[in-house]
Amino acid sequence: MIQLLEAFAWLADPTRWSGPDSIPVRLLEHLWYTLLGVGIAALIAVPVGLVVGHTHRGRGLTVALSGAARALPTLGLVTLFGLWFGIGLTAPVLAFVILAIPSLLAGAYSACEAVDARTVDAARAQGMTEWQILTRVEIPLGLPLLISGIRLASVQVVATVMLASYIGNGGLGRYIFLGLNLSDYPQMLAGSILVVALALVIDLALRLVERVAAPRGAARG
Amino acid sequence: MTPSSTPRSGAPRLPRRSLLALAGGGAAAGLAACSNADPLAEEDGGSGAASGALVVGSQQYYSNEIIAELFAQVLEEAGFEVERQYQIGQREVYVPELESGAIDLLPEYLGNLLQYLGDADATGTAAQLEDSLAEVLPDGLRTLPFAEATDQDSYTTTSAFAQENSLTEIGDLSGIDDLQIAANPEFEERPYGPQGAEEVYDVQVTVVPVSDSGGPLTVQALLDGTVQLADIYTADPSIAANDLVTLEDPASMILPQNVVPIASERIDEDAAAAIAGVTEALTTGELISLNTRSVDEQLDSATIASDWLTAKGLLG
Repeated sequence: MIQLLEAFAWLADPTRWSGPDSIPVRLLEHLWYTLLGVGIAALIAVPVGLVVGHTHRGRGLTVALSGAARALPTLGLVTLFGLWFGIGLTAPVLAFVILAIPSLLAGAYSACEAVDARTVDAARAQGMTEWQILTRVEIPLGLPLLISGIRLASVQVVATVMLASYIGNGGLGRYIFLGLNLSDYPQMLAGSILVVALALVIDLALRLVERVAAPRGAARG
Repeated sequence: MTPSSTPRSGAPRLPRRSLLALAGGGAAAGLAACSNADPLAEEDGGSGAASGALVVGSQQYYSNEIIAELFAQVLEEAGFEVERQYQIGQREVYVPELESGAIDLLPEYLGNLLQYLGDADATGTAAQLEDSLAEVLPDGLRTLPFAEATDQDSYTTTSAFAQENSLTEIGDLSGIDDLQIAANPEFEERPYGPQGAEEVYDVQVTVVPVSDSGGPLTVQALLDGTVQLADIYTADPSIAANDLVTLEDPASMILPQNVVPIASERIDEDAAAAIAGVTEALTTGELISLNTRSVDEQLDSATIASDWLTAKGLLG
């Protein structure tokens, strides 16, 4: 309890809020690494997920692959990639991409699958092309699920991005690793509190986007 | 939660938990390495203090276990009954065990133990550190004579970089621009970190934090030229294996980490004499060759220890 208070005192220290090693800088780095990881993963996973959801083909394979990806320990990946690519941003971002892909993939294909089959049939009967069905029917109707996948991936990645600091990068993990190794537990706790807060903010923000994205008139959930 | 945020299939939800648990578990294991329940520890059962056996402990660090095993075997040779309690997490765990008498002997390192016991900014020669340790050690514990072997932080570089800039000691780095050293993040705060290097040797370095304690990632960063320097422990076999050069520290800026046995009152004169046989023979070179056998040949500590002790005439 005392350490928690000390952690808040650590956070309240105004000298930690300006300068090159300050909390805002580390927060921005942390967000940037999260964005990189989730962004690159989305470029890969969302199109694949939509195709799988739309065509109903390859679902078994996708589920199996993303299930296997979920089982990979991220720290192990960071170390492994670090030995291949050296220290820096490549190794951790690659690991975060792998961490983010399963949730994004699941969100994307369930977005398509959740759309009522009769709606899709009706669209097809009206002469819509498959591309039009995907972009004008399935994606708008399934958008909340798609965003929910992005939200889950973002929360996972933002909570794991501290590992970037393990291998020569910035981010909030700096405080956690430094605090750990110096037995400076208030600093470590302060870093953790910042990560938790960031994860909650991202979760809340994307929940709002999800709600806004829900098409008017469509049945919810 | 609104209904719209609940995926119908439920698929994206459940696995998130298992994944988070996995990521968390992996991070915790890598971060802390502080488990005090080690499945490989020998199952000796309860505390040896009750029986007649002397309890020898070790840190959760392979090199430390080898040194502990050296002590254990010479004690057995001298006729003592020995119980082994190896791979005990970190100091927060085993120092109280030493204090309570559950462990009688454990190999430690001068500087690190002194820092743990209260003097975070400790500096000085090994002998000075030994004196300071005597003052801060809990009642009932004492240091036995330390070994020449030291496993300490270093400014290490590649032989190519050393030749190019004709480097033998840390001071020779003075005047080289944009030096980066891969080291654990706390290196930044240590008296022998960038600030110390500037004050003592007029050398400017910036720290690239790599948290594997001079392990493979740090070595890799040095070898591929991302950094020019790395903090690698002096008894690490990777220094010789990669033809690295550890820069000398004539001003004793870096905290000495000589191997020092910490003993309880149950270690008597005879036991101390047996242990001194080991510490007198243990140089840094010897420690590196012991560590190398563990890393390269994957031998267990008992085999490595008995081979070495036999070769030194301390066993057999």
